[in-house]
Amino acid sequence: MKNYEITFIVDPVLSGDEIKSTAKTYEDLLKKDGCSIVHIEEMGLRQLAYPIKKRHSGVYYTFEFNSEAGNIIDDFELALRRDKRIIRFLTVALDKFGVKYNEDKRNGLIGIRKEKISEEIAEEKKSIAKPTPAPAPAAKPAAKAEEE
Amino acid sequence: MANREDIKFLSNPNIGGKKKKYCRFRKYGIRHIDYKDPDFLIQFVNEQGKILPRRITGTSLSYQRKVATAVKRARHLALLPYVTDLLK
Repeated sequence: MKNYEITFIVDPVLSGDEIKSTAKTYEDLLKKDGCSIVHIEEMGLRQLAYPIKKRHSGVYYTFEFNSEAGNIIDDFELALRRDKRIIRFLTVALDKFGVKYNEDKRNGLIGIRKEKISEEIAEEKKSIAKPTPAPAPAAKPAAKAEEE
Repeated sequence: MANREDIKFLSNPNIGGKKKKYCRFRKYGIRHIDYKDPDFLIQFVNEQGKILPRRITGTSLSYQRKVATAVKRARHLALLPYVTDLLK
């Protein structure tokens, strides 16, 4: 039993129903093979970082599923390659940490943690930045004292 | 007259004291790096979208490899650019 995650980008020119039906066909393909789908995430329309096939945005979908043998991957990728509606895809085999991460993310645990970390980092940066401007005011009274 | 109290602050004692870098993945127990999260990965690339070396971010070797893989995956999915300017 292995855990996989397939992310693909659907052409945004299609209508909303067509995009949904595209995702549905791949869902059915997985179900037909007997894979257990863990989660389907729709990341929605996003701006691409660079144009692909003359498109500047795309609709992202992520399928997370378990497969017993893993034979489905070849067929699935072949179907994605032949599909004109798909502009890019990526298959990743997840390790146990990846599975746990996705589970935590679904339960909303990841965002909180990350915010905490970024806050801590920001605080540390502040604490580093603070001591540097300190000498200027501190030096002044000393200079005055010397004048006296 | 300058007394000892004033002289103490003429030079900043914090200057020159280097803050030790640390691996944030080790410190906070992050075991998996998500390639679908470009906002997080952007911390590990420079303005041109190049992956920053370990000596700057302080990431440990094993996690640097994972960061590099995640950045490359994000680039493939057009979540991060391959080449650019003024990314940050």
